[in-house]
Amino acid sequence: MTVTFPQKGLPWLLLLPQLLVTAIFFLWPAEQALEQAFYQEDAFGLSREFIGLENFIDLFTDPLYYQSMLTTLVFSFSVAIVGMSLALFLAVMADRVIRGKLAYQTLLIWPYAVAPVLAGVLWWILFDPSMGPIALWLKSAGVDWNHYLDGNQAMILVVIASTWKQISYNFLFFLAGLQAVPRSLIEAAAIDGASPFKRFWTIVFPLLSPTTFFLLVVNLVYAFFETFGVIDATTKGGPGQSTTTLVYKVFDDGFVGLDLGGSAAQSVVLMAIVGLMTVIQFRFIERKVQYS
Amino acid sequence: MIENRPWLTFASHATLLLGIGLVALPVWMALVASTHPASAFGVGHIPLWFGDAGAETWGTVLFEEAGNGVDTPVWFMMLNSLIMALGITFGKIVISLLSAYAIVFFRFPCRNLCFWIIFMTLMLPVEVRIVPTYEVVANLDLLNSYTGLTLPLIASATATFLFRQCFLSIPGELVEAARIDGAGPWRFFFDILLPLSRTNIAALFVILFIYGWNQYLWPLLITTDDAYYTLVMSIKRMLSVTDGDIAWNQIMATTLLAMLPPVAVVIGMQKLFVKGLVDSEK
Repeated sequence: MTVTFPQKGLPWLLLLPQLLVTAIFFLWPAEQALEQAFYQEDAFGLSREFIGLENFIDLFTDPLYYQSMLTTLVFSFSVAIVGMSLALFLAVMADRVIRGKLAYQTLLIWPYAVAPVLAGVLWWILFDPSMGPIALWLKSAGVDWNHYLDGNQAMILVVIASTWKQISYNFLFFLAGLQAVPRSLIEAAAIDGASPFKRFWTIVFPLLSPTTFFLLVVNLVYAFFETFGVIDATTKGGPGQSTTTLVYKVFDDGFVGLDLGGSAAQSVVLMAIVGLMTVIQFRFIERKVQYS
Repeated sequence: MIENRPWLTFASHATLLLGIGLVALPVWMALVASTHPASAFGVGHIPLWFGDAGAETWGTVLFEEAGNGVDTPVWFMMLNSLIMALGITFGKIVISLLSAYAIVFFRFPCRNLCFWIIFMTLMLPVEVRIVPTYEVVANLDLLNSYTGLTLPLIASATATFLFRQCFLSIPGELVEAARIDGAGPWRFFFDILLPLSRTNIAALFVILFIYGWNQYLWPLLITTDDAYYTLVMSIKRMLSVTDGDIAWNQIMATTLLAMLPPVAVVIGMQKLFVKGLVDSEK
């Protein structure tokens, strides 16, 4: 128990700015979303009527919404798995080398600082069907690359751009995890004649599982909420709906489609999902304490 | 080193270099593209080696106008981005320090309730509640203003948690000693607490600066006036020119300039950056 100060009014004064900002810019809009989800508003915002659960019923009977859910799942798991595998591979290599470790780290972590929308633009130009070097190279290899028309290719493009940005983060955490594996265990296995490959799969990888699980959650959250810029810059959710994730759909239906009630209902569903993910993350943190 | 396997060490270095190459590839291409005149992109492919129009493009973009429908020069938008990033960073750090201080070092009714209200902001990223937040800011007449750009983004559960964690590790004897010596709460805050959390503040500063600089959707929605354009979101406006008329060299130069400050911060303050990243995920 920490020793405390006796003042009664002062703590409220200290909390006031945080609580004010939270109330005005978080709780009020959340309440508005909740309210709006039960109304239907005309496109000009002039009148609205109470329609009960209809927005939610519309939402859950809309095949496009389920498609968007599926798109989100495919996108998020692709980003998480591709990004984590590549980063783990690089981290294992970086853990092995003795010279230049810090230099390698520096040269691998900087994409973290690049804004998602800029990452999208950079990869877009590489894959542009009419002038991008990679697209032209693919064409000469017999792959007809055009992400404006082919939904799967559009998905591959947004996954690449989003993964590129996240590798740095995964790399740092995997490297820290690898450096925490006790040397004596690995030495003992080496004396028993286990090859580096076998040592990795039977000792190091299982010991990394807390890090791996933690990164999986963080990567999924990242792919869910922070990749808006990538999608907006490269595909705008298209072609068709092939790269419209749930978060992009909230924006698209609300600001482009002007379906305020539907967008609000989606916001409410998303808030529930975020709440669930936060709880999972926190339960995991309790477990992490036990591991260490 | 457990055993000496020269070929494996060699393979590790080779893989790492390949990884670095792949990671750097898009930036390299952008750099090359920005050194060619706009007309070079119509002929069917991006040139693969540097051209000689680099100085001209970069000069135009930085000091005259970013082009592609955005008339403001990059240096001006950089200034806006800087104001927004620093506003968000300082705002978050100050209000989080204060509220963590209140929660750890005072006892008052509803202390837990306050804690949970702050915690809830974690669950509501701005992308999720974008329409109602926009309406609230519009109602408060904050569109096209620096206040509108920064204020809605400065509530931060993460920073509050981080400082709470840091304060909880301060021994109670220190508080007792300070009180016996006659230090009030403000004196304690400024003379003991702030110096003790110096590295935490610095690490968080790095992370939050990147967060603030890279804001995209929010500034895109609430600014329609050139005077408040930030650099990252202006890329979107530059891209909305019809396909054939896009001056790619200018877009590439602007993109590189937009990523330069945060990347420089990560590389220059690598130690603090790593610390901040690890701390803020606890």
